[in-house]
Amino acid sequence: MDVTNVVDDVVRREHGRVLSILIGVLGDFDLAEDALQETLVTALERWPRDGIPNNPAAWMITVGRRKAIDRLRREKNLGRKTALLADPVAISLAEPDMTGETAIPDERLKLIFTCCHPALSPEARVALTLRTLGGLTTAEIAHAFLVPVPTMNQRLTRAKAKIRGAAIPYAVPSVEAIPERLDAVLNVLYLIFNEGYAASAGDNLIRRELCAEAIRLTLPLVALLESRPELGPQPEALGLAALMLLHDSRRPARTDAEGEIILLEDQDRGLWDRGQIDAGVGLLDRAIAARLPGPYQIQAAIAALHAQAPTPAETDWPQIALLYGRLWHYTPSPVVELNRAVAVGMARGPLAGLALLQEPELAAALDGYHWYHAAVADFLRRASYRGSARAAYVRALALCENRAERSLLGRRIAEL
Amino acid sequence: MRYLILIYVDPATYASVSEAEQQAEMAEYYALGPTFRERGWDVSGEALQPVDTATTVRQRDGKFLVTDGPFAETKEHLGGFYLVDCANLDEALEFARSVPDVRRGSIEVRPVLEFS
Repeated sequence: MDVTNVVDDVVRREHGRVLSILIGVLGDFDLAEDALQETLVTALERWPRDGIPNNPAAWMITVGRRKAIDRLRREKNLGRKTALLADPVAISLAEPDMTGETAIPDERLKLIFTCCHPALSPEARVALTLRTLGGLTTAEIAHAFLVPVPTMNQRLTRAKAKIRGAAIPYAVPSVEAIPERLDAVLNVLYLIFNEGYAASAGDNLIRRELCAEAIRLTLPLVALLESRPELGPQPEALGLAALMLLHDSRRPARTDAEGEIILLEDQDRGLWDRGQIDAGVGLLDRAIAARLPGPYQIQAAIAALHAQAPTPAETDWPQIALLYGRLWHYTPSPVVELNRAVAVGMARGPLAGLALLQEPELAAALDGYHWYHAAVADFLRRASYRGSARAAYVRALALCENRAERSLLGRRIAEL
Repeated sequence: MRYLILIYVDPATYASVSEAEQQAEMAEYYALGPTFRERGWDVSGEALQPVDTATTVRQRDGKFLVTDGPFAETKEHLGGFYLVDCANLDEALEFARSVPDVRRGSIEVRPVLEFS
């Protein structure tokens, strides 16, 4: 690997940790980001010549802090932030041990709780989290969320202005506030994962990378929360991590060489990542032990039942139907009811599934949703009503805009 | 950091509130200032007379225009305000949550622009 790749790799791995400390020391998002950017330029100049430091994060923090001070000195005439230069806390962090012997404090919890503060818009929370903790560039985030780069840039700028202007604290919330605030954090991570998971074949790589990014953000969050027992058990965080690992374990089997979607029942289960499934189930078991159920744990349990079925026919559909019923109590959405109806149909036969799907309230709520018509079509096909099945697939196709999903529906119609 | 806590309420929602409830709510309001002063937050504020006592002034093309009523035609009107000096937004939001009208109306939290 050439040194540029090594530097890139280290930077991505350490970005959140280094930035979270610089923000704490400097008390300013923009200053910390600018300082880190300059530090990366210096690293690219020096590391190839001098070698990569033993503790790259400590090196980046030290250099980043000096860059920030240089920058403040240059701006001193403008009278900005001179107080910081005399701040004893800042000075004491000036020279962390460069040998790598000293543990660097991990400030990422503060950063993620600030970036996911409910006073910021949900879009801004997602963007800020990916930018600061994930180290993605503004352009990468814009591409992943299909918005123009200037729009994303403005979104990030506005969010940082609000953090500064309204004095959103850079802190882990109090124990009483944790449940509500952690909900907001988990929701952001879930949105990031889903954005990547829904971006199937034909979409750009950066979107699919969001799944890996969400996992890279969630696993350290779980570890950091567990290192703070005074905050109480956090089974929903464990449940979310489990859910991500279990869904992501199927990635190699979800599309074929041409990028066409392969449905769960047609996937080659040998391609599922067993190590990831075991890790997901392990996390879920630890979550359930806390006996505080929640929507992420229930969704992870559903994913685990799929992951642990050796063949589609051996899937525990009655249990899955039951879990969707419980999920509905937390998130009473028609899509959850759709999934329950499908599970019931798989457990008790296509006519039982159709009866639930054709409940007038559900049919009305989901009439514009292509997966609803695809589910109806699927049960009609299984029940050998070929004409009605074809009509329902055609309706689904007309409503569907994703290229890979359209191709799948087209294949179903052709097979009838 | 100073925050203006703006209390917006729809006067129509008071119609269904009983006398006893109103008195309990007033007691809650009276308790707010002292409670938070104990936390070291500097609190001041006022309740306002009903919105039909409001007058709006504008200057357009050099001419003053004085009109009856609030500036915006909305159901929820500014009913009162607090000015709180506390550490950060989380503390200001904690204050906002304890304003009794949070249950019926909306509480807007606005950081004060400091000219220093």
